[in-house]
Formats: sequence, structure tokens, C-alpha cells
Amino acid sequence: MYFNTINEFIEMGGHGFYIWLSYAIVLGLMGFYYIFSKRLTKKQEQALTKFYRRMNSRNETSVSEQPPLGEEK
Amino acid sequence: MWTWFFQLASPKWFYQFADKLLPWFRWITLVLFLVGLTLGLLFSPLDYQQGNTVRIMYIHVPAAFLSMFVYVVMAISGGIGFIWRIKMAHVVSVSCAPIGAIFTFLALITGSLWGKPTWGTYWEWDARMTSELILLFLYLGFMALHNAFDDRKTADRAAAILALVGIVNIPIIHFSVYWWNSLHQGATISKFEKPSMDADMLKALLTMIVAFQMYFFTVLLQRIKAEILQREKLSGWVKSRVTNLSSN
Repeated sequence: MYFNTINEFIEMGGHGFYIWLSYAIVLGLMGFYYIFSKRLTKKQEQALTKFYRRMNSRNETSVSEQPPLGEEK
Repeated sequence: MWTWFFQLASPKWFYQFADKLLPWFRWITLVLFLVGLTLGLLFSPLDYQQGNTVRIMYIHVPAAFLSMFVYVVMAISGGIGFIWRIKMAHVVSVSCAPIGAIFTFLALITGSLWGKPTWGTYWEWDARMTSELILLFLYLGFMALHNAFDDRKTADRAAAILALVGIVNIPIIHFSVYWWNSLHQGATISKFEKPSMDADMLKALLTMIVAFQMYFFTVLLQRIKAEILQREKLSGWVKSRVTNLSSN
């Protein structure tokens, strides 16, 4: 190991600020995106559940009760 | 033998394929990161000129390499989708963009933080840094262009053309350190020569590059899954999958 104490490890010979800031940004942003992309599928499933429910209720109600098409994207 | 390759063009098949592979990719990524970070932060030597700041190399170089790799994947898959009209290819291409942008941003910011203690400056308008910044704009432009269209097919095709046109930037980034006088150093790892780097440093660097690579595949597959669900929402298999999930 190239460090004798934990303080040496944190100090990094005086360059600690740059090194630890770099690692924090990289690991932080990549960690965030990993969790974000994982949750995207779940969010998509929730949105689709609502979408299918609205489609079903639209099919069940009579034509005159439904709002005109083209109102929603 | 090639049937499995053509099966990838089917969104349903790709989705199930992604589901099967993801646990493996996630674990391999985690292990590689733990090993690589340990090697890089604890078991690799100081540089005789730069001291400890050389440790930024273990995150800067992988990020920069991946920023270019992801762009090539994005451009080629966009091109495949454009030429052969395979919608899964466009799914891959569009999913690559935000990840590539993140890698490019990380390469730029770690490079900047490495440059200040090493060369006394956060930024120089030299060839490599400028072309990497242009790469970031290309990624953001790709995402903005894709969002600008209401019709998804047109959006896919327009964005694919942008990706293909921008691919000239990749060799520019790579060769810039040879073609122009640059603050940046030349390549240490080459196919043709023995690397000039210390063995312990090389071990840490290669581990981190593979770790970043596995991370890319992990996050890409996760992103593609969500994209497939959205694009295929009117198909039977997505409907039954989502409704079965909500009833469980």
C-alpha cells in the first residue's frame, strides 16, 4: 500500500481536493444514473397501467360519452 | 447460427434477453469497480512528476474512452436502423445518448480537475479538449433533435443522420494529440508497442476501463427496457406483462 495512515490517504500529498472531488462526481453521477435507469422501467410500467385503464374505460363507455379523439397525445 | 442475432431485432425477444443478462452485468460491474478502485487508490504507485493526481487517470481515461465508444455504438446502430429500417436498432441508438453524454461530461470535468494541479490550468482550447467538448454538444444535439419531432420514426431517422455525420469527430479526438501541438499527452496504450506505464498502474487502469464498459452495458440494457415498453405499448405482450404485474 502506498499510504501509511488514513490521513495520508485523504490528503493525497496535498492534492486531495482535486482527487476526491473527481471521484465523488464520477461515482456520484454514475451511481445516480444507474438507479435512475433502473427506476425508468418501473415508472414506465406505472404509466402504462394508467394508459391501459383509460383505454379500457374508453372502450366500455358509449361513443357519445367519450371526449373527442386527438385531445391527448 | 445467426438466428440469435436476427432475434435481437424483435423487441419482445430483446426485452427478455436483457432481463436474463442484467443480473450478471450488475454483479460483474460492481466487482470490477471494487477491485479497480482498490487497485487504483491503494495499490498503485505515485507518479514521479504528478504525485497522487495520477490517480484521477483511473476515472478520467475510462470515461473518455467510453465517451467515444458509446458514440460509435450510437452512430452504427442509428445507421443500421436507418438503412435496414430495424426499429430495435433505433432503440439502442436513442438509449445510448444520455449515457454517452454523461461519460463525456465526466471526462471533461475530471480532465479539468486533473489539469489544474498538474499543468496549472482548468482548461485549454487545445485540439483534444475542444473536440471532446464538441462531442458533448453532439450528444446533447442528438437528444434535442430527437425530442423535437412529434413523429417518432422521423425523429429516429433524423437523429441517426446527425450521429453519423458527427462520427468524424471520433478520429479527430483520437488523433488530435499527434496531429496538433497539444497540452494533452499521447497514447500510452497502443496495439503495436509495449505500454510504457508501470505494471501496477496498468492493472488498475485496465480494470477500471472494463468496469466502465460493463457499467455501460448494464445501464444501456436498463434504459432499453424502458424504451421498449414505451414504444411497444400497444402490443399484446406488453399489455399482458404490465397488467399481470399490477394484478400480482
